[in-house]
Amino acid sequence: MIRVFIADDEAPARERLRELLQDIGTEVPNIVAGEAKNGIEALERLPASAAQVLLLDIRMPGMDGLELARHVAGMENAPAVVFVTAHDKHAIEAFELSALDYLLKPVRAERLAAALKKAAAGGAPPRESLERAAGAPREYLSVAERHRIVLVPVKDIVFLRAEQKYVTVRTREREHLIEESLVALEREFSGPFVRIHRNCLVARAAIRGFERTGGGDEEAHWQVVLDGIAERLPVSRRQWPAVRELVADK
Amino acid sequence: MPSIRQNAYPDVLPDFRNLAVMARVLVAMNALALVGAFYATSALAPALERFMYAAAFLEPLLLVELIVLFAASALLARLPYWLGCLAVVAIATAIAAAYHGVVRAFVGEALPSLPRTLAITVLAAASLLAYFHLHTKAFSPALAEARLQALQARIRPHFLFNSLNAVLALIRRDPKRAERSLEDLADLFRTLMADARQFVRLADEIALLERYAEIEQLRLGDRLRITWELDAAPSDALLPPMVLQPLLENAVYHGVEPGTGAGDVLVRIERHGDRVYAAIENPYLEAGGQRAGNRMALENIRERLALFFDAEARLETRIGNGRYRVDIEIPYRRT
Repeated sequence: MIRVFIADDEAPARERLRELLQDIGTEVPNIVAGEAKNGIEALERLPASAAQVLLLDIRMPGMDGLELARHVAGMENAPAVVFVTAHDKHAIEAFELSALDYLLKPVRAERLAAALKKAAAGGAPPRESLERAAGAPREYLSVAERHRIVLVPVKDIVFLRAEQKYVTVRTREREHLIEESLVALEREFSGPFVRIHRNCLVARAAIRGFERTGGGDEEAHWQVVLDGIAERLPVSRRQWPAVRELVADK
Repeated sequence: MPSIRQNAYPDVLPDFRNLAVMARVLVAMNALALVGAFYATSALAPALERFMYAAAFLEPLLLVELIVLFAASALLARLPYWLGCLAVVAIATAIAAAYHGVVRAFVGEALPSLPRTLAITVLAAASLLAYFHLHTKAFSPALAEARLQALQARIRPHFLFNSLNAVLALIRRDPKRAERSLEDLADLFRTLMADARQFVRLADEIALLERYAEIEQLRLGDRLRITWELDAAPSDALLPPMVLQPLLENAVYHGVEPGTGAGDVLVRIERHGDRVYAAIENPYLEAGGQRAGNRMALENIRERLALFFDAEARLETRIGNGRYRVDIEIPYRRT
């Protein structure tokens, strides 16, 4: 029995997929484990559904399918993903390039059965393929907790700091730990974030100014003064010229 | 072989009811008079004086000519093109002759001779007709192009496939509604594939809007809320086909679909005097990267309005109070 989760913003489209799943039930035994009408709702419901395959519409309000898939990939026991789209030339090209599975609407029963079998056997898509297919930075970072996925809007993040195995995501209110590499994050968010130190990226919008400290026997260096957070972050000597220039452009 | 001719633009007389056409006639004739004045005298002051005299004679004549052509334009439009041209020249010459007689009674011999006046009138009328002919010709590839663009841009594949998908979902549960939706789709596509160079009645365009809305409603359910304000819409007004539908489609595509909640769309069409006003309004969502397609559709519509109404049509967009609004204004023309 394959547990299937359907995410699509149009009610008739979800209904159609349900019908088709029922039609192919004898060939590919399956059960609808959950449904959602947008990306955020899907992320709330997915962990508890224990779905093995996610049928995912690309164009959805709130959060599009591609970003949703990237957050899902971080889940424990992440489901396999089959994208469903009516017409999205760019997405389809990206799927072909990244070897991701997709179906075209209106979906045919045979194609759905084949995709389901393949997905159930193949497991969750690799993160890198999703990243490549998406081609745009995410709007959220996700923290996979045991029974839920917590979303942190990128625009709320003040800084990202690498600690041994994790990266600390600091917002004004609190901090989260995520398992991603700072180098990849820097590449993805090179626009809104600037590297101030080997282990730290700061949101440009959150930089209020710089302060010089030290002197005496201690070597003098610059620190970033942040908006809304008392903590000061050291700027490494190597990054200082670049940081000063970037922020001057602001 | 009809396939070769299908994009050719039929020869038609200029629309003498169009302000832009009148303005072009006035400007061209006065420019001609000015050139003539400078040709006769090389010094500035006497040339201008000559022009003033010529204008005093010319302006009333031109106005009378334009008024008569305005009144006769419906009749003229029914004639075959070449016959129409002859009629226009004949009308212009006859009026010039009559006018010449009247003015002569007042000012006497100071006027140019009648044959000369008539010769100039015939020449001027023929040149203007030739100019308008070329003008239309120059626009005709643009018109064919606009039609092609329209075919590609007016109804999004996204809409077509999602609608078919929605109808498929209906077939088992509500076959009657599925039938109606397919009929609506057929109507939409029939209009889409019809000749985009002919005017349509506003009533038909509104019917099309309602068909389209019906299909979108099926897909989007409660998320789409359309308010229709059509009580003051003149159903006999003429407009180019598929001007309003793409705007409503844009409103749904950009203002309702990307939103998680319900979206309110307003469609208002009304007539004030001899102008028809249409406004379509939707929530302004700032989800990035969607405005490019919208701008293309707007450009397409603007272009077609210009082809049909020249400078007498207007299309404007506005963003304010979280709403996006498109306003169209066209002259009120009837069949």
